[in-house]
Amino acid sequence: MEQAKGRIPKIWSSLVGWLDERFPVTETWEYHLSKYYAPKNHNFWYLMGWLATFVLVNQLLTGIWLTMSYIPSGEGAFASVEYIMRDVEFGWLLRYLHSTGASAFFIIVYLHMFRGLMYGSYRKPRELLWLIGMAIYLVLMAEGFFGYLLPWGNMSYWGAQVIVSLFGAIPFVGPDLMEWIRGDFLMSEITLNRFFALHVVALPLLLVALVFVHFVALHHVGSTAPDGVDIKKHKDASGKPLDGIPFWPYSVTHDVHATVVFLFIFCAVVFFAPEMGGYFLEKPNFEMANPLKTPEHIAPVWYYTPFYAMLRAATYPLFGVPAKFWGLVVMAAAIVIPALLPWLDRSPVASMRCKGLASKSMLGVFVLSFLVLGYLGITPPSPWATALAQLCTVLYFAYFMLMPWYTQVEKTTPPPERIAPR
Amino acid sequence: MSVRILLLAAALAASPTVLGAATGWPMQPMTPDLEDQPSLQRGLGLYANYCLGCHALGFQRYERTADDLGIPHDVALNELVFTGQKIGELMTTAMDPESAKAWFGAPPPDLTMVARVRSPEWIYNYLKTFYIDESRPFGVNNKVFGNVGMPHALIGLQGAQREACPAGTADCRELVVEAGSGLLTQEQYDQAAYDLANFLHYVGEPMRLERQRLGIYVLIFLAVFGVFTYLLNREFWKDVH
Repeated sequence: MEQAKGRIPKIWSSLVGWLDERFPVTETWEYHLSKYYAPKNHNFWYLMGWLATFVLVNQLLTGIWLTMSYIPSGEGAFASVEYIMRDVEFGWLLRYLHSTGASAFFIIVYLHMFRGLMYGSYRKPRELLWLIGMAIYLVLMAEGFFGYLLPWGNMSYWGAQVIVSLFGAIPFVGPDLMEWIRGDFLMSEITLNRFFALHVVALPLLLVALVFVHFVALHHVGSTAPDGVDIKKHKDASGKPLDGIPFWPYSVTHDVHATVVFLFIFCAVVFFAPEMGGYFLEKPNFEMANPLKTPEHIAPVWYYTPFYAMLRAATYPLFGVPAKFWGLVVMAAAIVIPALLPWLDRSPVASMRCKGLASKSMLGVFVLSFLVLGYLGITPPSPWATALAQLCTVLYFAYFMLMPWYTQVEKTTPPPERIAPR
Repeated sequence: MSVRILLLAAALAASPTVLGAATGWPMQPMTPDLEDQPSLQRGLGLYANYCLGCHALGFQRYERTADDLGIPHDVALNELVFTGQKIGELMTTAMDPESAKAWFGAPPPDLTMVARVRSPEWIYNYLKTFYIDESRPFGVNNKVFGNVGMPHALIGLQGAQREACPAGTADCRELVVEAGSGLLTQEQYDQAAYDLANFLHYVGEPMRLERQRLGIYVLIFLAVFGVFTYLLNREFWKDVH
């Protein structure tokens, strides 16, 4: 780096100097990139944050271009999507990049959150970072839900109808609330228009703002390391963490290569299996929304199905309130409960590598129950499926509710002082 | 509401008349081939003559179809467009939706994406399993789409097909065409059904071949580019111990 400095043309340094007097260019560059230190043993799981950002940019760009040709009206929406597919130059590519991107976003975000569970990324001093991340996840779910109505296919229509009708189960205010959300007595063009406004303006703004705050919080507290080492403990004379590497260029070269590998898989789907067997683009959605024709089997898109399965698992009416309302409560609780993790985890150590058998098994049970619930949410209901969903719902919550207990009683190993040499 | 929907969905799933798969009819395999232009052209011809009168392809343009299938525009206009439309227009139908509703109970659906909603295989089997059933309003029924509200548009080509089971068989799995009752032989009719299903597969996603062709180049580029990003990463990380 020292040798390279001499080769930088004078005009460049005077330009940077001019900018620095007016805007913290060098300071920002150093704070966030060239002097931001990440543990040198970051692994596969630490790539997901960057990839999520990359997919967000993909969604924003393809979304802007799709909006140029999409018509948010009951008469025109479905036809305009096919117009994009057939008549707009590379419109099909924009649409498939956007629809595949939605699923990719959730895959990456779920892996990103799993990393947090595995390495204790939510623990002090990262509680706020974790909560901001949870807020991003909630906004993302809403963004996906509103966006799914826009093609105005039959599954769009009935899927949104089912979810909106959940609010109808809330005692007293339910029916009015439902009407307020839809803006009409049934799903209609009015609903489509407001979902469009939320999907393309309100929620993207919120999402970008939250992602920015997520970065700010992360760069303030620093990244975790897989084995729970705090790299800030051991610094050299100049204050550089001994086990850290500067984000620029080391993390960047890592991330660039990861992006290309990701893109290879992503493009394989976009170009060769954009429907992904009916999971990324559901078959009934190639038929226009029809209030008189219910699809044979209504299932939300795969990324919501674990929660949908928990919703359906509630089958007992309690206190005179219908089971559907309790399903809604269970679903909402399941989505929100990870936000409590920073205060549920009482373990003396952060990383799963140091935690005991109880934590490891509970994490395994949690992941398994989440996957099984995801599968059950796709399949039509049956008595044994409901029983299995009930069991998995209990296991899902047990992971969180029992955490204060099992993280305290189990035997843990202390984390190493330093990261082992590569 | 959602409980009712789920119940309705469950009832529909349980009833034997929804999809071919649900009727238990043993589907004959059909593999579409978009490289087979003559088949697609024959399928388009059949569609224009026997289907387009009622079933629009309302999202697809004549021009796109003619270009993709290698048909000169003047030929397409003369042989396929019977509605006085221009080549750049959508392949709509001249049928009045109100009258259609009166005649059939519901307007015949647009079929642009039918192959994506069902499958080309479903269409192939559907076209082959119409049979005479005097109890139905149009005198025919269908094995993969039970009690379908549509006449057998290709009966002139296929001929009269009947169930060939002893009287009183509940779920008859055998159909036989009355010899000489149709213009085509059985093999020819099978080919016609294949061509139509193949054509509808094309119309469902007309850019499919372009997508796959482009996809190969994209993946080759990414694979080669990935070698360089790998080497770049390795070069930088040499310093890290």
